[in-house]
Amino acid sequence: MLNLSNISITFNEGTPDEKKALQRINLELKQGEFVTVIGSNGAGKSTLMNVISGNLAPDVGDVSIANNKVTFLPEYKRSTMIGRVFQDPMAGTAPSMTIEENLAMAYSRNKKRKLKLGVSKKRKEYFREYLTTLNLGLEDRLNAKVGLLSGGERQALSLLMATFTEPNILLLDEHTAALDPSRAELITKITQDVVQKFGLTTLMVTHNMQQALDLGNRLIMMDKGQIILDINGDKKQQLTIEDLLQEFKRIRGEQFESDRAVLG
Amino acid sequence: MLLSLFGAIESGIIYGIMALGVYLTFRVLDFPDLTVDGSFVTGAGVAAISIVNGVSPIVATMLAIIAGFIAGCITGLLHTKGKINALLSGILMMIALYSINLRIMASPTVSLLGESTIFRQLQPLWSAVGLDSFFNGILQLFGADRVPSTWVIVFFMIVVVLIIKFLTDYFLKTEVGLALRATGDNKRMIRSFSANTDNLIIVGVGISNAMVALSGALIAQHGGFADVQMGIGMIVIGLASVIIGEALFGKKTIAIATIAVIGGAVIYRIVVTLALRVDFLETGDMKLITAVLVIVALVAPKIMNARKEQKRRLRKRAELSTQIEEAS
Ligand SMILES: Nc1ncnc2c1ncn2[C@@H]1O[C@H](COP(=O)(O)OP(=O)(O)OP(=O)(O)O)[C@@H](O)[C@H]1O
Ligand SMILES: [Mg+2]
Repeated sequence: MLNLSNISITFNEGTPDEKKALQRINLELKQGEFVTVIGSNGAGKSTLMNVISGNLAPDVGDVSIANNKVTFLPEYKRSTMIGRVFQDPMAGTAPSMTIEENLAMAYSRNKKRKLKLGVSKKRKEYFREYLTTLNLGLEDRLNAKVGLLSGGERQALSLLMATFTEPNILLLDEHTAALDPSRAELITKITQDVVQKFGLTTLMVTHNMQQALDLGNRLIMMDKGQIILDINGDKKQQLTIEDLLQEFKRIRGEQFESDRAVLG
Repeated sequence: MLLSLFGAIESGIIYGIMALGVYLTFRVLDFPDLTVDGSFVTGAGVAAISIVNGVSPIVATMLAIIAGFIAGCITGLLHTKGKINALLSGILMMIALYSINLRIMASPTVSLLGESTIFRQLQPLWSAVGLDSFFNGILQLFGADRVPSTWVIVFFMIVVVLIIKFLTDYFLKTEVGLALRATGDNKRMIRSFSANTDNLIIVGVGISNAMVALSGALIAQHGGFADVQMGIGMIVIGLASVIIGEALFGKKTIAIATIAVIGGAVIYRIVVTLALRVDFLETGDMKLITAVLVIVALVAPKIMNARKEQKRRLRKRAELSTQIEEAS
């Protein structure tokens, strides 16, 4: 479904600030695979997400989605196939517009936008029904401005908006990081349900190792712009946090101690 | 007095179309577009020169709309494709249009004296209905001694401006319109929902300036001339209308905001007209009056809100202390 071949990207090349954010990344995701991504700050996780979404163009290497090369397709065209939820709850919704208007925009993602009403009677019913699956009471607040919602409510809405057109690929970049533990748990639960329901091919970045182990059927660890660990299937089921730390120590021995804090 | 107020309302409604255009860029798209000073004259100039050359007023007005749309699109292109800062794109287009307008008009002023205009064409039809004497009769009943010569402009303009208002309201609720609003609200988000924000900005600024040019074309036909200087300060008037309207009538929904903006334009004209009748104020003071008006419209609601909050708090405190007293 998603194929990254030999992706490299360097920021500020030739200056003292030079940063090799991604180095020869190869990654293939099969249809329906749910991959959790871990790695310390600055490992290149968000950069990887941005390369997939088209927000950044790689220096070398190619991105293909469903066997189509999309390396140079602009973000707005690629996003017909990609659903995305950002870390910042403000980022995924339009605050001065209502819940139903936000949903309508998400609904038009994979269709050509026309000069007909975005929120028709029929769609309103559909949105209402759909929102009830969140169990947050948002279905009774269709006309409320999204700016008035709490971070958790917004993130739940963003998740719904990102997924309900069943995109080929779902990108989640620390989408529960800004929430309190109980809200984070709720959003994680919704994530699990949605991904399962549609069988979405998903990449999820998280700093929570336990979450990375519990969710999905494959786990990758990144460091210094490289994928240093890639575990799937049964092996992942048996993985523990201690295993992960051991593995990381083996590969990147020297600066393990400094990273332990960040990873844990 | 009555007559000048009547004139203020007439032109205020026409300027309302310009204010709607400004609302579209400043508020909806969050794009501070200064093209307006130029595109207003472009509209006036294109309409005037076309009429002088024998084009029918309706067609001349349409040409003005198209010219304004193109001017706005170029500003949008400068910003999106040329990556020039929004303010600067507008300023560049505004000064470029000054020269272009001079070329279009071939002279600094074009007079429409004795030429046909939309309003003059409507006159015979309107007279046939005979509503003038009816309305003037009402005015006389209230003791007016001098009455307007015709009501056709006011009525025609109310119809036109309302049609534009409702079209705008509808457009902003369509799929394209929602994407346009989201472009002004959260570009990153709407891009992740496959909207081409560059194109939306270009078209949005284009539509806005089409409205501004339409307003210019109608003002030229109303006043009987187009002048290359007539657009100077237009953007400030547009903003003043938006801000005054929102302060007085609110902006809760789009339908309210658009009618508020039109109301703001009319009220702005009325206030300026009244102010200029005060003995010690002169025509040259108009810009100062405008600035003061905008400042009042911006500051007054805040002061009023703060006072309300303060009163509420004082009341709560009083309630609490009486409760404590009763308890003890
Ligand atoms: N646009 C940019 N220009 C310059 N450097 C950048 C840019 N984007 C990212 N970087 C650098 O690239 C490296 C990787 O950043 P990235 O955001 O991908 O890390 P991350 O793995 O998402 O980290 P975190 O866990 O903190 O979110 C960092 O060192 C960062 O400073
Ligand atoms: Mg990141």
